[in-house]
Amino acid sequence: MKYTMKHAFVFTLATLAFQVEAGGKDDPLLTMVTIDQLEKRDASPGTPLAWGVQGWVGYDLDKFVFKTEGERVDGETEKAELQALYSKAIDPNWDIQFGVRHDFYPKPTQDWAVIALQGVAPYYFETDASFFIGEDGQTAFRIESEYEMMLTQQWVLSPEIEVNLHGKNDEEREIGSGLSSIEAGLRLRYEIKREFAPYIGINWEKKFGNTADYAREEGEDTSDAQFVIGVRAWF
Amino acid sequence: MKKHPLSTEINPSRRRFVTGLAMGGVLAGFGFKSPSIFAAPSQVGTPELSGNEFDLTIGKQAVNFTGAPRYATTVNGSLPAPVLRFKEGETVSLSVTNTLAEDSSIHWHGLILPTDMDGVPGLSFDGIKPGETYNYQFKVNQSGTYWYHSHSGFQEQTGLYGAIVIEPKEPAPYTYDRDYVVMLSDWTDEDPNDVYAKLKKMSHYYNFNERTLGDTWNDIKEKGIDATFQEREMWNVMRMSQTDISDVTGYTYSFLMNGVTPADGWKGLFKKGEKVLLRFINSAAMTFFDVRIPGLKMTVVAADGQYVQPITIDEFRIGVAETYDVIVEPEHDMAYTLFAQSIDRSGYARGTLTPDYSLIGEVPELDQVPLLTHGDMGMGGMDHSMHNMNSSGKMNDAMPNMADSGKMDHSMHNMGSSEKMDHSMHNMGSSEKMDHSMHNMGGSEKMDHSMHSMGGSEKMDSSMSSSASGMTKHAETEYGPHVDMRADNPQYRLDDPGVGLRNNGRHVLTYADLKNLNPTPDPREPTREIDLHLTGNMSRYMWSINGVKYSEADPIQLEYGERVRINFVNDTMMNHPMHLHGMWSDLETGDNNYLPRKHTIIVQPGAKISYRVTADAKGKWAFHCHLIYHMLGMFREVHVS
Repeated sequence: MKYTMKHAFVFTLATLAFQVEAGGKDDPLLTMVTIDQLEKRDASPGTPLAWGVQGWVGYDLDKFVFKTEGERVDGETEKAELQALYSKAIDPNWDIQFGVRHDFYPKPTQDWAVIALQGVAPYYFETDASFFIGEDGQTAFRIESEYEMMLTQQWVLSPEIEVNLHGKNDEEREIGSGLSSIEAGLRLRYEIKREFAPYIGINWEKKFGNTADYAREEGEDTSDAQFVIGVRAWF
Repeated sequence: MKKHPLSTEINPSRRRFVTGLAMGGVLAGFGFKSPSIFAAPSQVGTPELSGNEFDLTIGKQAVNFTGAPRYATTVNGSLPAPVLRFKEGETVSLSVTNTLAEDSSIHWHGLILPTDMDGVPGLSFDGIKPGETYNYQFKVNQSGTYWYHSHSGFQEQTGLYGAIVIEPKEPAPYTYDRDYVVMLSDWTDEDPNDVYAKLKKMSHYYNFNERTLGDTWNDIKEKGIDATFQEREMWNVMRMSQTDISDVTGYTYSFLMNGVTPADGWKGLFKKGEKVLLRFINSAAMTFFDVRIPGLKMTVVAADGQYVQPITIDEFRIGVAETYDVIVEPEHDMAYTLFAQSIDRSGYARGTLTPDYSLIGEVPELDQVPLLTHGDMGMGGMDHSMHNMNSSGKMNDAMPNMADSGKMDHSMHNMGSSEKMDHSMHNMGSSEKMDHSMHNMGGSEKMDHSMHSMGGSEKMDSSMSSSASGMTKHAETEYGPHVDMRADNPQYRLDDPGVGLRNNGRHVLTYADLKNLNPTPDPREPTREIDLHLTGNMSRYMWSINGVKYSEADPIQLEYGERVRINFVNDTMMNHPMHLHGMWSDLETGDNNYLPRKHTIIVQPGAKISYRVTADAKGKWAFHCHLIYHMLGMFREVHVS
C-alpha cells in the first residue's frame, strides 16, 4: 500500500511541477482544506464523532486531492479512510480523479484503486461519484450528492444523500454485495463567515441486503436516525 | 438637505481618512496655485502637481479606512496619488522612484505616447526595481481627463492611482467656473492576493445577494410555479447565479470618492449659478459605479478625455478605467449628493457638492439588487429585457436617429446593389436589434453576406436572431473546462444602459448617446476584422480571450498604419472594461462620421460591440480587461510593426 501511495504522490507532484511551468501568474499554486462535516451524532448506543474532510493543492485545472472520512465511537475508531487522488478538470463543472484509497478501519486494513467524477451537476447538485477496486477483488461504488438551499444569505439548509454498492460479500467487514447502505442527511448551518459555519441536523442511515443481514447477526440495528451537531469550515 | 452632523472638514484628524495625509492633502490643495484656466482652487484633500517636471515617489503609507490600520501603496504619500496637471503640447518629465520592496511601475492611462513610456513591465520596460528611479518623458499630445496607476501586481488595488488633467491648447468647447476631479475607487483591508485566492476557491465568496428561498417563494406567488421554474431553469442548468454582478463586493470593499469613505464624504464647494465641471474617473480595481446627483442634470461633455457632443442625462454607468467629464449647474444654495452606487448595489461612494462645508445632501437609498437576464447571457431573443427594448418607445426613438446617420447610408451603399436588400432594410426598420447590427455592417464583407442571407429569408424579423447566432462562431479553443459559457446569440446593445439601469425612470447615458464632437479623425473603413471573444469559467475563476489565457497566447499583430475593426463578443456573464494601450478605440456607436474615441470600452455580458483602431503607434502594447482579478488571464499583447 505504501508503495502505491508513494507512486501516486510522485506522479501528482511531477504533474503539478509541469503545471508550474505551463501556468502563468493568473494560476497560482493554491491550497484549500474543507471540513465538510465534523459532528457529534446522538446515536444508540454512544455518541459517535464523524468527519468528512477534503483538501487540495494545485491549480485551476490540475490538483492533488485528498479526501478522508470516518467515525469514532467512544474513543475507538470504527471507520476511517483516506484517499489520495490526482484531479483533472474535464468539463467546466466536472473533474475526473484517479488515485488510491486506504481504509485504516474497519480492520483488517484495505487498499483500493479509485476513479471518481466530482463536480456540480445541473441544478447545483454537488456530486462525487467514486468507483473503487479493492486489493482482494472487491468492488465498490459510492455516490454522494448535496444541495445547498439558501434560506437567507447566511442560513443554509443542505440535504444530502450517499449511496453505497458493493460487488461481493465481505463477511469480515460486514459488507454485503449489491446495495449495501444509504445515508441521508439534512443540515442547517449558519455561516458566521463564509469559512466557518456551525450546524445542526439529522442523519439517517440504513443498511440493505446482505449488509443488513450481517448487522442483524451482530445484533445491530439496520437503520438509525441521529441528531447531529457540528461545524463546517474551510481555509 | 440637512446639517452635517460632524462638520469636521476643517479638522484634519478625521478618523477614517488617510493617516498623516489629511492635513498634508488639505494643505497642498490650498497651497498649490492651479493654472489660470481653472478658476477656483479645486481638490481639497488630494495634492495637485503641475508644470513640466514631476518627482513621484512610490511607497508604503499607513491608512485607516475601516477602523483597522493597513498599508496602502501610494505616490508621495497620498491616496489617491497627486493630481497631475499637464498642458497639451508640452513635454513632461516624470521621475518615478520606487521605495517599495517589490517592483513597481506607472502607466499613464489613456495617454498616447511612445511604447517605452507606457509603463507596462515586460512590454514597455522592465519595471522599476526597488530603490530605482525611472524617468518618463513624453510630449503631451491630447487634452482632457485621464489617470495613472501601477501596472505591477495588485498595487492598483492597494492605492496606486491618481488623476491626470490636461489643459487644452485650444479653449474647450464649453466653459465652466470650477472643476473637480471625482476619483472613484474600491479599498479592501484584505491582501489582494488573498482576495484572488478566495475567488479561485469560492467564486461567490463576496456575493451576499444570492437568491434565497424567500425570493423563490415570492416568485412563485407572483408568477406561479411553472413560470418561476422556467425562468430559473437556464441558470440552474448552467450552474450560474443570476445575481453574479460583481466578483468582489461591498462585503470587503469600502468605496472611496477622492480617497474619502462614504461615512466622511468628499466635499466640493460651489457658488449658486456656477458651472461646475466634474471629472469622474473610475480607478477602482473591480467596481463599476452608477453615478447620479439627485436634483441635478449632468451634461456629458467628454468621455475618456475626448470631447463628445454634449448630452444631458440623469445618470451614467462608469466602467473600471473609464472617465466622464460632466457639467452641472446647481441653481440653489443647497447641498447635492454625488451618489455612486456599485453596480451590484452592495455599497456606494458618496460626496457632496455644497455651497457651505457644513451642509451635506441627503443620501438616496441603494437601488434594488439587479438580476441578470437571459439577454445578459447572450441569449438575446428570448429575454424579457429584450422585449422591453424591442417594444419600448425609447427604441422607436432610436430609429429616426439611425436613419439620419451617415452610417446608415453607408451600409445602404454596400447593400444597395440588391433589391432584396432594400426589401430587407424595410423589414429591419422595425427591429431594434437589426438596427444595431446595421451599425456594424458598414463595410464589412461578413456583414454583406449575412445581409444577403437575411434578405432572402422569409421570416425576416425572427430570422435575425438565428442568422446572428449563425454568425457567432466560437473558436475551438473556447471549448473545454476553462470556459463555462458561450453566447449563442449576442446582441449589439449600445442603447442598453446595462443590468440594473434598465427602465429605472431616469435618463441613463448609453454608448449609443456618445458621438464625437469632431469628425472621426481617421475616416477610412477598416480593412481587417479581429474577432475577440471574452471567455472564462466563473466558478473556477479563470479568464481568457478566445479561450486562451495570456500566458499561452500569441500576440495580436497589427501592421503599422492599418485600420482594423475589433469585434468583441462577451461569452461571460460579467461586464468587461477592455483597455487598449497606445492607440485610440473609435467606438462604433452608429454614426461613422463622429465615432467617439475611447481608451476603455465596456463589453456588456452576453453582448457584442465593435470599434475601429488605427495602428499608428509602433511597439508592444497591452490590451486587457481592466478588472484587476481578470486581467492576468484576459490579456493580449498587441504588436504594431
